[in-house]
Amino acid sequence: MAISISLTVNGAPVTANVEPNTLLVQFLRDQLRLTGTHIGCDTAQCGACTIHLNGRAIKSCNILAVQAEGADLTTIEGLSHDGQLHPMQAAFRECHGLQCGFCTPGMVMSATALAATHPDLNEADVRAQLDGNLCRCTGYHNIVKAIVQGAAAMKPGVAAAAKAA
Amino acid sequence: MNAPETHRMIGASVKRKEDARFLTGTGQYTDDLILPQQSYAVFLRSPHAHARIASIDTSAAKQVPGVVAIFTGADLAADNVGGLPCGWLIHSVDGKPMHEPAHPVIAHTKVRHVGDQVALVIADSLGAAKDALELIEVDYDELPATIDTAHAADPGQPAVHDDVPDNTCYTWGHGDKAATDAAFAKAAHVTTLDIVNNRLVPNAIEPRAVNAAWSPADDSYTVYVANQNPHVERLLMAAFVLALPESKVRVVAPDVGGGFGSKIFLYAEDVALTWASKKVRRPVKWTAERSEAFLSDAHGRDHVTKAELATDADGKFLAMRVHTIANMGAYLSTFASSVPTILYATLLAGQYATPAIYAEVKAVFTNTVPVDAYRGAGRPEATYVVERLVETAARELNIAPAELRRRNFIRSFPYATPVGLTYDIGDYDTLLKRAMELADVDGFAARRQASEQKGKRRGLGYSCYIEACGLAPSNIAGALGARAGLFEAGEIRVHPTGSVTVFTGSHSHGQGHETTFAQVVADRLGIPLENVEVVHGDTGRIPFGMGTYGSRSIAVGGSAIMKALDKIEAKAKKIAAHLLEASADDIEFKDGTFRVAGTDRTKAFTDVSLAAYVPHNYPLDKLEPGLDESAFYDPTNFTYPAGAYICEIEVDTDTGEARIERFTAVDDFGNVINPMIVEGQVHGGLGQGIGQAMLERCVYDNESGQLLSGSYMDYAMPHASDLPDFTVETAKGTPCTHNPLGVKGCGEAGAIGSPPAVINALIDALAPLGVTDLQMPATPHRIWSALEAARTAKQP
Repeated sequence: MAISISLTVNGAPVTANVEPNTLLVQFLRDQLRLTGTHIGCDTAQCGACTIHLNGRAIKSCNILAVQAEGADLTTIEGLSHDGQLHPMQAAFRECHGLQCGFCTPGMVMSATALAATHPDLNEADVRAQLDGNLCRCTGYHNIVKAIVQGAAAMKPGVAAAAKAA
Repeated sequence: MNAPETHRMIGASVKRKEDARFLTGTGQYTDDLILPQQSYAVFLRSPHAHARIASIDTSAAKQVPGVVAIFTGADLAADNVGGLPCGWLIHSVDGKPMHEPAHPVIAHTKVRHVGDQVALVIADSLGAAKDALELIEVDYDELPATIDTAHAADPGQPAVHDDVPDNTCYTWGHGDKAATDAAFAKAAHVTTLDIVNNRLVPNAIEPRAVNAAWSPADDSYTVYVANQNPHVERLLMAAFVLALPESKVRVVAPDVGGGFGSKIFLYAEDVALTWASKKVRRPVKWTAERSEAFLSDAHGRDHVTKAELATDADGKFLAMRVHTIANMGAYLSTFASSVPTILYATLLAGQYATPAIYAEVKAVFTNTVPVDAYRGAGRPEATYVVERLVETAARELNIAPAELRRRNFIRSFPYATPVGLTYDIGDYDTLLKRAMELADVDGFAARRQASEQKGKRRGLGYSCYIEACGLAPSNIAGALGARAGLFEAGEIRVHPTGSVTVFTGSHSHGQGHETTFAQVVADRLGIPLENVEVVHGDTGRIPFGMGTYGSRSIAVGGSAIMKALDKIEAKAKKIAAHLLEASADDIEFKDGTFRVAGTDRTKAFTDVSLAAYVPHNYPLDKLEPGLDESAFYDPTNFTYPAGAYICEIEVDTDTGEARIERFTAVDDFGNVINPMIVEGQVHGGLGQGIGQAMLERCVYDNESGQLLSGSYMDYAMPHASDLPDFTVETAKGTPCTHNPLGVKGCGEAGAIGSPPAVINALIDALAPLGVTDLQMPATPHRIWSALEAARTAKQP
């Protein structure tokens, strides 16, 4: 029996009927057709499905859609604004922090949440904190560099200066 | 991006064109696609390693609301659906062809590994399909299983296939056995190693997926599939399994989330869905779950080897002798037979002038998932044998490892090895010297001392690898058993306003072809990079293709593009000559401008492209309109990338925990189009190679045949915290002598060169404590156990 849920996704209000066993990632991908959020495993380890729920990075394969009732979600599709890449997205591009692109949305969503809470990240912090996201292409080398660079660019002063410039 | 004015794009670390869609979530992977009237498939898979199927009852399952159809092996057999083919024929030492037992798309009478397909369920929704799957009743008569590689061919082992009673697919020999044995007989020293090259699971983060649609309008099929070589997929499926004309099958490999070899092959699921799409007259989609991928993606490596190196008293290599047992799994996957033979034994010379080499390889069937090419495919296994032998010999002979390598390096090119390859060019001394500088080998003794003062141990390990890429001259590959051509195709379509679409038979699943290939074209035509689009992965749009594997894209696919560009330039010069009222022989083309040599009379590239499509002032009597050329390129030799890798590792001897402190990789890839992308490829390869050396191991229970490492909970994928910061340098290098770009290929190097460097470093660290050998993966438990064994052995 479908259940009605109301939530905010990438800034827009959404009301939809979902089956009680629908995972949030399935709801995003199949019902809202936000296919940037990916599924790479079935044990909540790869992190390709990472999104923000009320500002926190979560694995959307590990929560039912009905549990997101009333929540404010941001997916990879909601990160950039006005055709401008978010500083973390730009850093991934600049540092070649992605290859096949499949883990990338989850990496970027984890990274932005990490940088928001740890503005002064160094490479060792990133390696330790990135435990919930798997990449098979990059050996993580450039991902780590991208996150440090992206975090620096996300600092409030830096972001404001970039906007003014 | 440097110097856009002159459009010199080759050698520039241009940021990738494809990144924008991947970073914004607008890529299109196979599972992202939902077609009108979409149906969803799941496979019932065998829970047993080996069993006869007594009966299958689908009646209850068919009653589940939403179920569209359920098919078993009997349905496919009734429809004469063929088995999956193997693309490479190997002959045994006795001259007999290898055994090729039937490889049914859905198991019919017998299941041969845990995960073997037993039934295909198609429903309106994934949930309905899964519900129905639970209700299928299969009556299995369990059989004893053969699992262990080393003992699969022993007498009395259960036969995986009734028609191959000794489980031996082939016993293949390569090299001069008599000369090798003679050299061993007179050797001053022989180094012997028993090596297990651990079985791995490729684990591209995008699971395999297929979405097959049949069109009643023209009885044609469109198959979207996460695949590395769509034309090969089409050829194998259409010609060998479903008996369809290729013209009725379009295979599209859209954005593909990593492959590493595992998406080269024609898989049972691809065929089953294509076949079923016509039966149910609806598109059918299947996406592997990760645990299902562990049970159905072709695995990699899995060799058991005894290797010997004979040297004279000065450490000069005299001969190498290798006996390998290679696990094929339950069935022959698409290129399985070539991996431990043609792609393995031919590389056993490495960078050294070893005069005699003989290898014998026994390929065995077991009740496990099929094994096939995984990043490096045979070459990591060969490199591991060679570089472990060399370093062990150095230790036994008390010669510094770098010095022993130098004494044996090949220094004169071209060089014909005793195992069938001819290296065109290389400079191994320079690579090793540079790697030693970057790794600060001179400062190692002090760092080792510092570790010891902390109660830890530190080691340094080398690996000087060579690989053969750009597979291969088709005629030579054919003589070696290949059942396919190994050329590549490309097409350059110049549009009227001068923008260009490049169609390539190579396929990008992370390698960045849309950027690299565009750089090649922009550089040659002198046009802005943003005016070049690269199309790949669609048999409906691209002339032909052999796809991407074996680090062949730029060497073979890039060369096809260069050949097509030659034709474009030749024709464009004729058009320009007409417009400039000059002879085509007098036209120079540089930086996007056609010029009558020695004059200031010029035409822009866009003047010529427009004239080609609006041929009002045009030599129509001599020249066809249009500017669109295609080319096929068949290489004349392999390319031979080489490198020197140095690993420095610190070991906590109390816990067995090891940390890589420095990893230095210096590679010669010949000319480099985009250094940023090339270095990224090396990083990724290093991640997988270090993963093999320290973390990853696919484990089966030898009794039950159950896969024990069947998820990310159990299989140790490398995390960011497991890997070091890499020091990677692409050497100025020695350009390949036989392709137009002078390129060699870079995709697999890291995975090929790194495992022996890691293990050699560990043994260097622990040899003073009595540890002389370690098998991969060198986990803390294995290291600690080896230390304990050495401690016990020392006690009286």
